[in-house]
Amino acid sequence: MSHVPKDLKYTKTHEWLKSNSDGTFTVGITHHAQDLMGDMVFVELPQKGTPVSAGKECGVVESVKAASDVYAPLSGEIVEANAVLSDAPETVNKDCYGAGWMFRLKPGKPAELDSLLDAKAYEAWVASEKH
Amino acid sequence: MGLRTPLYDNHLKMGAKIVDFGGWDMPLHYGSQIEEHHQVRKDCGMFDVSHMNVVDVKGANVRGFFRLLLANNVDKLKTKGKALYSCMLTAKGGVIDDLIVYYMDDQWFRVVMNAATREKDMVWVNAAAKEFGGLTVTPRNDMAMIAVQGPKAKEKVYQALGEALRAPAGALKPFHAVTVGELFIATTGYTGEDGFEIILPAKAASFTWQMLREAGVPPIGLGARDTLRLEAGMNLYGADMDETTSPLESGLAWTVALEPTDRKFIGREVLDKQKAQGVPQQLVGLVLEGKGMLRNHQKVVCNGTGEGEITSGSFSPTLNQAIALARVPAAVKTGDRCIVDLRGKSATVRVVTYPFVRHGKSCIST
Repeated sequence: MSHVPKDLKYTKTHEWLKSNSDGTFTVGITHHAQDLMGDMVFVELPQKGTPVSAGKECGVVESVKAASDVYAPLSGEIVEANAVLSDAPETVNKDCYGAGWMFRLKPGKPAELDSLLDAKAYEAWVASEKH
Repeated sequence: MGLRTPLYDNHLKMGAKIVDFGGWDMPLHYGSQIEEHHQVRKDCGMFDVSHMNVVDVKGANVRGFFRLLLANNVDKLKTKGKALYSCMLTAKGGVIDDLIVYYMDDQWFRVVMNAATREKDMVWVNAAAKEFGGLTVTPRNDMAMIAVQGPKAKEKVYQALGEALRAPAGALKPFHAVTVGELFIATTGYTGEDGFEIILPAKAASFTWQMLREAGVPPIGLGARDTLRLEAGMNLYGADMDETTSPLESGLAWTVALEPTDRKFIGREVLDKQKAQGVPQQLVGLVLEGKGMLRNHQKVVCNGTGEGEITSGSFSPTLNQAIALARVPAAVKTGDRCIVDLRGKSATVRVVTYPFVRHGKSCIST
């Protein structure tokens, strides 16, 4: 059921990253994550200019069912947050890899890129979490 | 594997996400619980509530039994088919369960109790019935229950299950029931909308569910059932009240009949005392000012009067903001502002009278 695009990178905490041509990365949460959470009702994102550290929480998503932290997949600086989600958090459910993106960040430590998962490794991780 | 209702396979076929609810494998939603919520407010939907505990109590003095068993007074039930909402209390005045009792005839009352409390309810009711004497207590495990709720629910039920229902079911006032063939049809519900709760033979459940679906009634999961009941300001057993709380501090004083004073129902002595001394706490509605979520057990700080706790917190799809029921000090008044700790941040909530929503419309003052 869960949808994992091949051209993205992933974290074990269920964020996805897309590499942009300007050197920044667009970040969101995966289809699997939004499916587990159910209907989103509140998204709180870091503001532009916020420094973030890899693996540290930098935002919150809340569904009717539960609250969950969003973790920065890479260290760096937030260059843009998706303003749409404040009034339309359900966009995360409807289009998690598109209009439901959460923020763009400029990475500060290129070496961290090596620790990200590719689609195959992320699928394996999701499967292992189910057991 | 948990207990399953006769509609379990229907839920799977309709793409339900199944969760455990009080030992039962029940549908949480069939895609989006918020869309299901709006569907019920704007049109209608159907709920499998077959996990609820339907019990028939029969005997020559069945009314006398319920006069003792329940905090509300079944003597209010004067016409056949009339229903009454009540708590069943411990001797200490704590709530064992909340239920609906229907007066079917002078020798037959039907009770619908919660699923998660089934075992202890049956122990309690059976023991009380044995002591009272002359009664038979029959759990109707051979029955299923489907609630159809929403402004268009009644029309769709006639369309799906036959025009023959229109006259008897359409004539029912709120909180009444009628038996039509093998169907027991009641104008009760847990959503704050029009509609029916239908008790029917388990073997007819799947077919009936499909007929309703074909008439354009989509299935609604327990997720939306909870946000609908919270908007409607209806208590949830185990969250808003339990054996450690009195109905008088759970927003349920209206369901406790202290008159006439000679009706010695179980728990009465404690409630009389509480009434005389004053109850230190009350159940109020809260609305979050600004964005975020309210959740069960969050602490509520009420300036100058003390602290309370959220008993049911969630998101209101109709109002598009977080709402809650909370048990707070008795001195807190409608319109007061309190502070709730939301994941380390202080947020302001406004105290309101509930229900929050009735018949699709907001009823809170701004």
